[in-house]
Amino acid sequence: MSTLKLELENYKELLQEYIRTKDEQALYQAEQFSKQSMQHNISPEEIINVHIQSLEEIYPDMPDYIQASMSFLLETMISYGLAYQEYQSLRERQLELKSEISVAANMQKTLLSTVKPELDELDIGALSVPAKQMNGDYHHFVYDGDGALGIAVADVIGKGVPAALCMSMIKYSMDSFPEMRMDPSVILGSLNRVVERNVDSSMFITMFYGMYDTKDHTFSFSSAGHEPGFYYHKDKDEFEEIDVPGLVLGVSAETTYKQKQLKVEQGDMVILLTDGVTECRQGDRFIEQEEILHVIKSYAHLPSQEIVEQVYKHFERLQDFQLRDDFTLIILRRNV
Amino acid sequence: MDFQSCVNIKKEWDIVGARQLGRDIARKIGFGTVDQARIATAISELARNIYLYAGTGKICFETIEEMEQKGIMILALDNGPGIKELSLVMEDGYSTSGGLGAGLPGVKRLMDEFDIHSEEGKGTEIKVIKWLR
Repeated sequence: MSTLKLELENYKELLQEYIRTKDEQALYQAEQFSKQSMQHNISPEEIINVHIQSLEEIYPDMPDYIQASMSFLLETMISYGLAYQEYQSLRERQLELKSEISVAANMQKTLLSTVKPELDELDIGALSVPAKQMNGDYHHFVYDGDGALGIAVADVIGKGVPAALCMSMIKYSMDSFPEMRMDPSVILGSLNRVVERNVDSSMFITMFYGMYDTKDHTFSFSSAGHEPGFYYHKDKDEFEEIDVPGLVLGVSAETTYKQKQLKVEQGDMVILLTDGVTECRQGDRFIEQEEILHVIKSYAHLPSQEIVEQVYKHFERLQDFQLRDDFTLIILRRNV
Repeated sequence: MDFQSCVNIKKEWDIVGARQLGRDIARKIGFGTVDQARIATAISELARNIYLYAGTGKICFETIEEMEQKGIMILALDNGPGIKELSLVMEDGYSTSGGLGAGLPGVKRLMDEFDIHSEEGKGTEIKVIKWLR
């Protein structure tokens, strides 16, 4: 209360100063005054009141109609004052929500964390960056310790918290699968049933599941409507799309999935990604597939992890550092 | 409780009458211009809620004089449909009348004390107090 009184005295002086000089200096101070008032949560009607009081003191003979018109003005400001207070409390609540979401995002990071296995036969690079705080993309590695590496890449259609919740469910159903080696088509089939039973029908999940056998260097894969991957032939310096037709997860419990197999040659790469990569945009223009492959190719001499990081940096820059969708890119390269 | 004065709310015009009476009482108690305007706005909101959602009701005023403080107590009474979800109407940004108007959270902000009782099908009773500082 005492600070308010102090401000009144201050306001009166400023006002007097301005009436006398009409110069910019006083107006600048008025700006400072209004900022300070906002810091002290002072509503517009209180400023008007201070104005009226100052006028009364400066001009004791102020005409009645001026006085009345100021009271009228004050009355019209009350609702603005309320709106201002509401804005402040909503802003506080928004900050609370923001911090809750960041706690949730950290939790999700822990929940969905996956360890990239270190294998002599394979050089693996993996990167997943969320567009917002929570990631709607998911990737997971499972190594059975006996030559079979399972790689899952998934994308929930939709972003943010709902997508992230959905992904946590996928992760736990995958964790509950038996440890034994399973075919990608079988894994997608059972995940499909889990999603169909548990997830709202408006939410779709696409997934690419691959199984790399480090003993005979074959790569078996299935896809549930996921973005096609690519195979890089080192000898020809060419890319080939790898895809299997398949319905997105959760549409029908009866869906079955096809599976294909590739032989991976030394130095060749398998590239898996989400549509956050293929749907990078520069302004309003979608980036062509060739462009992505061209960028990957230009870093092909680097280790896999560096390739995925460089590719990410490239597209992050291209999109003015504002990701529009979650970005996940995985590269597997046969070493020996 | 014996109230000094009440204004029946039946038509929109009665809102003005309630504001006027409330403002006069507030002035007599010694409230300044800003607080008078706030009290009048709170009365408006309470009376408009009665007019819009209950149809009829009344706004009553009472001067409180205690040992240490003086203030105005306003009671809004109606026999309307009542409010089903109190927590919802007390939430910022929630308003059934299209967002304008301060709503009950606004009334709460304008006054110092706020209390509400509502029973579905029976009516609503809102009591607010503003203390003279």
